[in-house]
Amino acid sequence: MVLPSSFTGELVRSLGGPEWLRARRLAAFARAREAEVPTGSEEIWRYSRVADLHLERFTLAVPSQPDLSGLASGDVSVLGDLFSPVAATGEASSSPVPDRVAAFLGGVGSRSALVVTYGGRVVALEAASHPGLDAGGLEVVELSASTRRPEWTESTEALLGSVAGSFLARWGTAGGADPVPALDLFDHLSDALASDAVVVRVRPGAVVEEPVVVVHLFGPGGVLGPGGALGAELPVEERPGPAYSCRTVLDVGENAEASVMELLVSDDGPMLVLPTVETRVADGARLRHSVVQQLGRATWQIGHVFASAERDATLRLFEASLGGEYARSRIDSVLTGQGGSAQLLAAYLGDGDQMHDFRTLQEHDAPRSTSDLVFKGAVGDRSRSVYSGLIRMRKGAKAANAFQTNRNLVLSDGAHAESVPNLDIEENDVRCSHASAVGPVDEEQRFYLESRGVPRRAAERLIVLGFFRELLERVPEPVARHVVAAVEERVRDMTETMT
Amino acid sequence: MSVLEVRGLRAGVSGREILKGVDLRVESGEIHAVMGPNGSGKSTLAHVLMGRPGYEVLGGSVLLDGVDLLALDPAERAHAGLFLAFQYPIEVPGVPLVDALIAALEAAGRSTEELIAEMAGEAERLGSSVALLERHMNVDLSGGEKKRNETMQLAVLRPRFAVLDELDSGLDVDALRHVSRRIEEVRRELDPPLGVIAITHYKRLLNELRPDVVHVLSSGRIVRRGGPELAEELEATGYAAYREQEAAGGSAEEVRGLP
Repeated sequence: MVLPSSFTGELVRSLGGPEWLRARRLAAFARAREAEVPTGSEEIWRYSRVADLHLERFTLAVPSQPDLSGLASGDVSVLGDLFSPVAATGEASSSPVPDRVAAFLGGVGSRSALVVTYGGRVVALEAASHPGLDAGGLEVVELSASTRRPEWTESTEALLGSVAGSFLARWGTAGGADPVPALDLFDHLSDALASDAVVVRVRPGAVVEEPVVVVHLFGPGGVLGPGGALGAELPVEERPGPAYSCRTVLDVGENAEASVMELLVSDDGPMLVLPTVETRVADGARLRHSVVQQLGRATWQIGHVFASAERDATLRLFEASLGGEYARSRIDSVLTGQGGSAQLLAAYLGDGDQMHDFRTLQEHDAPRSTSDLVFKGAVGDRSRSVYSGLIRMRKGAKAANAFQTNRNLVLSDGAHAESVPNLDIEENDVRCSHASAVGPVDEEQRFYLESRGVPRRAAERLIVLGFFRELLERVPEPVARHVVAAVEERVRDMTETMT
Repeated sequence: MSVLEVRGLRAGVSGREILKGVDLRVESGEIHAVMGPNGSGKSTLAHVLMGRPGYEVLGGSVLLDGVDLLALDPAERAHAGLFLAFQYPIEVPGVPLVDALIAALEAAGRSTEELIAEMAGEAERLGSSVALLERHMNVDLSGGEKKRNETMQLAVLRPRFAVLDELDSGLDVDALRHVSRRIEEVRRELDPPLGVIAITHYKRLLNELRPDVVHVLSSGRIVRRGGPELAEELEATGYAAYREQEAAGGSAEEVRGLP
């Protein structure tokens, strides 16, 4: 039992939601209490910062339910009170959160639905034709609302945990020597703290033209503890930060098509965020899922994506990891049907003492399935990054193709990037390739730009931006533009300290 | 009028001396050809003039209107008026050409207002597709497209002196004509007129770009100077004579009795 005493079953139960969700949370909490904190001796946690994670710095939190309905009309001023300057630092600097949200929503433009969560709970939901079910075939549901709409309960209850469950079932029968544990303490905690979930379901055959936009906000509100606000008697800097779960379920029916864009933002106080995403792309369906992570600099993120693509289905997943103190994303993709394909892209940029940590799986369990992974990152200052990825070709995945590319730019002497590609091949008739690179800005490229009259720092900036832009050309345009702008701003500040 | 003066330039790579004392004086509007066998140091001269990393200057000076270029970083040399057309232009993925040129002009305190229109005009003059302007620097360009691209950059950056490093290599006749004619036009259009150092192994570039002076570089030294007729002679006889001298270890300067 490694959980701090402030994590109690009573509190887990009180986090809200329908009765079945409470029961589910308690069961997950029991598993979490049994689980150990992973250590760096496990391959999937090697190079991570898990040893620096002090769970006692965090406590269960019941998020307040602020009225953020104004966001739907683009009014981010409603965020002003939630994300005011952080008292803990004593500095009167304004929070970047409202601006980030405004930029993201403004950049996306028209959308088929907008969901806003706060501390993992849906606080605003706007769909082109709400509620949920509509002629366009799109359903956007908040789980907590299923108490109000009993007809939703049955379907969403079955959905939550179903993709993760299918992975467990698959790996459980795959033989005992599996090096990768399917679920760990943080998966159980994410489940145990889930007071709600965003469920996006696209009916078979439906083509949802505009993106579904999901904004996940994490703030300081409503920290619980024995007798109410935990640590109220403590000095501000010693008070524990809230631990939040954040659940998203994307279920795209046969031959349907949709695009989902998620933004994660938090304020600058210490926080633990445990996002879990479950994605199922059914036969012949197409999903583009883009995630932009711009969490605050004291936030720890430990996230897990479970994604499966069935026969002739296409999953295109992009993740931009920009924020966080330590931001980990485990992305497990499984191609379960013949001809299915997965494109996995990520861009990550670290500075200060940040660390971005990616663990990926491209599992092929069907003939003629294709996966293409390109992860590109840059580390400046004293920041760290890890990319560790496995291509797993199951017996029977005949004529399958898998590509894995990880490129890292190291922008200062104090920064460090790890790149660990792995292959596990049980089928002969497959094609796999992997490439990885870690190095500084290319000297020849810089010289070429300098020879035109571009000063050295500006040349480095252009090259770093170009490095990401090349990847972002494969990402939905509004997301790409948002990320380019964010990267541009960061790189401008960072190149001052480049070596 | 501007003057580019190379005096006793000695330079090398990882401890090996390649240029063993090169002297050149180019004035505005002049075209100087530097010819020589492979390995004579032609490309090293181009790289050292622009300040490519990895080359060490061992002695001598390079003055542009009295400013010591060797004390400047490459971008400052560019702002002082030097341009290098690369033999193998470098691919810079994800960086649109126009972004790089805007950054260059802004750093030099120049206007970028007309840039796009100028680039389009240059592309047309060079027989190049305007669509290429949208592309990332040199990425997926053919050899000929890359050289047209170098020429276009030269034209919009308007340097005082341009070093053309084997601009003719990899170009078909048509592209060679476009490129060399455009440089010849730019030479006359600019004020002061552009001075050119054309580094080449073959004479064909010089059919369009008529040199005032031809220098023969061998074993890191200028061993012979002459007028355009020297290029004709080299075309006819090749570089065998210079290679033999190198093999014999003889001092070219003594043999040729240069001043």
